[in-house]
Amino acid sequence: MVDFGFKLSSSNRIDLDSCDSDLFLKLKAESGTIKQCIACGSCASSCSAANFTGVNFRKTILLIERGKNEEAKELIKGCMLCGKCTLVCPRGINTREIILSINQYYKKERF
Amino acid sequence: MKERIIFGYDPFVIPFTLGVIFILLYLGTGTVRILLNLKREEALNLLSSIFSVKLFKTFKDILFNVLLHIKIFKRNILLGYMHASIAFGWFMLIFIGHIEVILYTPQRNGVIYYPVFFRYFVMETSQTLRGAFFFFLMDLFLLIVLSGVALAIYKRFRSVRLGMKRTTRLKTGDKIALWSLWMIFPLRLLAESFTADISGGSFLTSTINNLLGEFAESTLYMDTIWWAYSCALALFLFALPFSRYMHIPTEILLIFLRNAGIKSTSSRDGFAESEIYSCSSCGICIDACPMSVSGNKSEYTSVYLLRKLRRRRQDSLFMAEQCLMCGKCVELCPVEIDSCRLKLLKKRENFPNKIFDYDYLGKREPVVESRANLEKKSKVLYYAGCMTHLTPQIYKSLFNIMDRAKIEYSFMDRDGSICCGRPLILSGGENTAKDLVEANSKIILSSNADILLLSCPICFKVFNENYNLNGVKVMHHSQYINLLIKEEKIKLKKGDFSVVYHDPCDLGRGSLVYTEPREVISAVAILKDSSNLPNESICCGGSLASRRFTQSERDSVTLHSLEKLNVNNPQKLVTSCPLCLKSFAKLNKRETLDIAQLVENQMI
Repeated sequence: MVDFGFKLSSSNRIDLDSCDSDLFLKLKAESGTIKQCIACGSCASSCSAANFTGVNFRKTILLIERGKNEEAKELIKGCMLCGKCTLVCPRGINTREIILSINQYYKKERF
Repeated sequence: MKERIIFGYDPFVIPFTLGVIFILLYLGTGTVRILLNLKREEALNLLSSIFSVKLFKTFKDILFNVLLHIKIFKRNILLGYMHASIAFGWFMLIFIGHIEVILYTPQRNGVIYYPVFFRYFVMETSQTLRGAFFFFLMDLFLLIVLSGVALAIYKRFRSVRLGMKRTTRLKTGDKIALWSLWMIFPLRLLAESFTADISGGSFLTSTINNLLGEFAESTLYMDTIWWAYSCALALFLFALPFSRYMHIPTEILLIFLRNAGIKSTSSRDGFAESEIYSCSSCGICIDACPMSVSGNKSEYTSVYLLRKLRRRRQDSLFMAEQCLMCGKCVELCPVEIDSCRLKLLKKRENFPNKIFDYDYLGKREPVVESRANLEKKSKVLYYAGCMTHLTPQIYKSLFNIMDRAKIEYSFMDRDGSICCGRPLILSGGENTAKDLVEANSKIILSSNADILLLSCPICFKVFNENYNLNGVKVMHHSQYINLLIKEEKIKLKKGDFSVVYHDPCDLGRGSLVYTEPREVISAVAILKDSSNLPNESICCGGSLASRRFTQSERDSVTLHSLEKLNVNNPQKLVTSCPLCLKSFAKLNKRETLDIAQLVENQMI
C-alpha cells in the first residue's frame, strides 16, 4: 500500500461505563467539592507553578472525571501547594485537598 | 503522740498500698520507655541540664506550673484557684504527712501507707504546741483542697462561671478517676473526724468530731470510713493510667525534658509521648480554637487530637489535617504542649513525598536566576510570594511608599514566584519543600541584597526558620515601614478615623512581631483594641494549613473573628497579611486595608 503520509487517528471516545472512576468517586466521597467545578480556568491562570511547568488543575479535574488518573497525576506533580487556586476558585472548591488526596491515593496504590 | 496499733498495720491499708505499687511500677516503665527513646545527644543534654544551674529553673517551673498553676491563674482567678488548691493542697497534705511520720514515729519511716493514714495509727497522749501546729496545717490544707473540689463540682454544672464556655467530654476512665478524686477528700475529712477524739485534730476535724459525737458512736463507723477512704484512693490510683490525671506525674518528666531543649521528632513516641500524657484535658484549647465556632468542628481541637494520638487511633491524621495551625492553643496551653508540632509530624509521617516533582525548578535555573540579576542591584530585595500576587494593591502601595522614601529596590518575583515552601511544610512535606527552599535561596543569594522584604507573614515565618540566607535580614513590610517612619524618610499625617489591627497568626504568635505594626498604625490613625489580646488573635479563616476546611466553614471562622475585632466599633480594619486581607475584605462590612495601603493614604 502506498504511504501518503495520512493516518487514521485512534478514537478519542471515552467509554464512561468502563473507565476507571475509582479515584473520582473517592474524591467525591471525601468532601465532594470536586463535582462543583465549572472549568472556568481561574485555577490554571493564577497558578504559581504554571509559570514554570504544565501544572493545570482545571485539566486535572477533567482527566479524573474521564478516568485518566495517571495522566492527571503527571499533570499536577509539579504543584507547590501554594493555595492560590483555592482562593480564586469561584465555586469554593477545596483544591489543595483534592491535589493532596490524589497524591495520597497514588502513594497507597503504587509505592 | 504514740502509736495506737502495735504493728502499725491494719487490713484497710491493703487497697491503697496495692494502688501505690501499681502506679509506681507503671510510671517507672513509662519513664524508662521514654528515656530509652531519646537520641544519644538528647540524653546527654538531659544529663547536663540536670547537673547544672538549669535544675533550679526546672524546679521553679515544676512549682509554678505543676503545683501553683500560675498560667491558669492569669486566665481566670477562680479556675486557677481550683487547679492550684487541689494540686498544691494535696501535695502539702502528703508532704506534711511525711514530716509528721519523721517527727513522731520515726520507726515507721518508709512505710508507704503510714503518712497517708497517720491519724488512724496514732493517739494523742498530751497536747503540745508543735502537735497543734501540725494539726492546724493539715486541717487548713484539707480545707483548701475541699474548697477546690467544691469548685470542681460546681464547674461541672456552671463552667461559664469559671471562665470556660465549653469543657472536655470525658471518657470512662476519666470519669472513674474524677469521681474517685472527688470522693477522696470528703472521705478523708470524715475519717480523720471520726478519729479526732483519739488522735487529735484541729479546727475542722475536732469540730466535726464533736458534732458527730452528738448522734453517732464514732468507733462504730471509724473502720468503715477508713476502709472507704483507702478504697477511694486505690480506685483513683488504678484508674490513673487510663485517665487524664496521668498529667500529674508526667508533667514533671515533661518539664525536665523540655528544659533540656528536647523537641518532639515523632508524633507519638519519645518526647511526644511525655507531651501527650501531660495533657490534662483541661479544655482551655476548646474555647481558644477558632474551629469550635463552626458546628461540630470542636471535635477536632487539640485536646481531642492528643487523646486520639495517645490511643494510637488512625483518625488522628484526619484530625491533624483539619487544624488551621493558628497556634492559639499552644499559646494558651497551661502545660505548654506544642500540639501544632505534633500535628505537623503526624502529617509529615503520611506525606506522599515521592510523588511531587520539582525538577523543573532546577532545569529552568538560569531563567529563574537571571530574573533578580536583570534588575538593578540594590540593597532591598522584595519578594511578593504567591499570596501577595493575588492582592497586588499591597505591593503597589508599598512601592509607592518606598519610591517616596527614595529607596531603591528590586522585585524578585515580578513575573511569578516560586512558592516559599511553607504551604508544603504545613501539609507535611518538609522534605519536598527543600527543593523550593533551595531554588529561592539561590535567587536571593545571587542578588546580593542586604534586606529581604516580604509582605506575607507566611513567607516571613518560613524565611526566618527554614532558610539559611547568610545574614540577609528578613523583614516584614510592617517592620520596614516602621523603620522608614523612625528614620523620618516618609512623612505622615495622623487621620481622625479609628482602626483595629488584626494580628496575622504567622506574624504575631508565629514570629512574635506585635509592636511594629501597632507603632505604624498609631502614627497614622487612632488604634482601637479588639476584644482579644494581641497573642490571642483569632485566625482569619483563610489558613493554608487546613486541608479539610470547606469554604463555608472558613467563612464562619472569618465572621467569628470579625465579630471579635469589631467589638469596639472601629471605622476600619487593618491587617498585614495578604491572606487575612482577602478573607476579611470579602465579609467585612467596614473597610479592610493592608497596613501598607493605610500608610500610603496618610502620606504627605
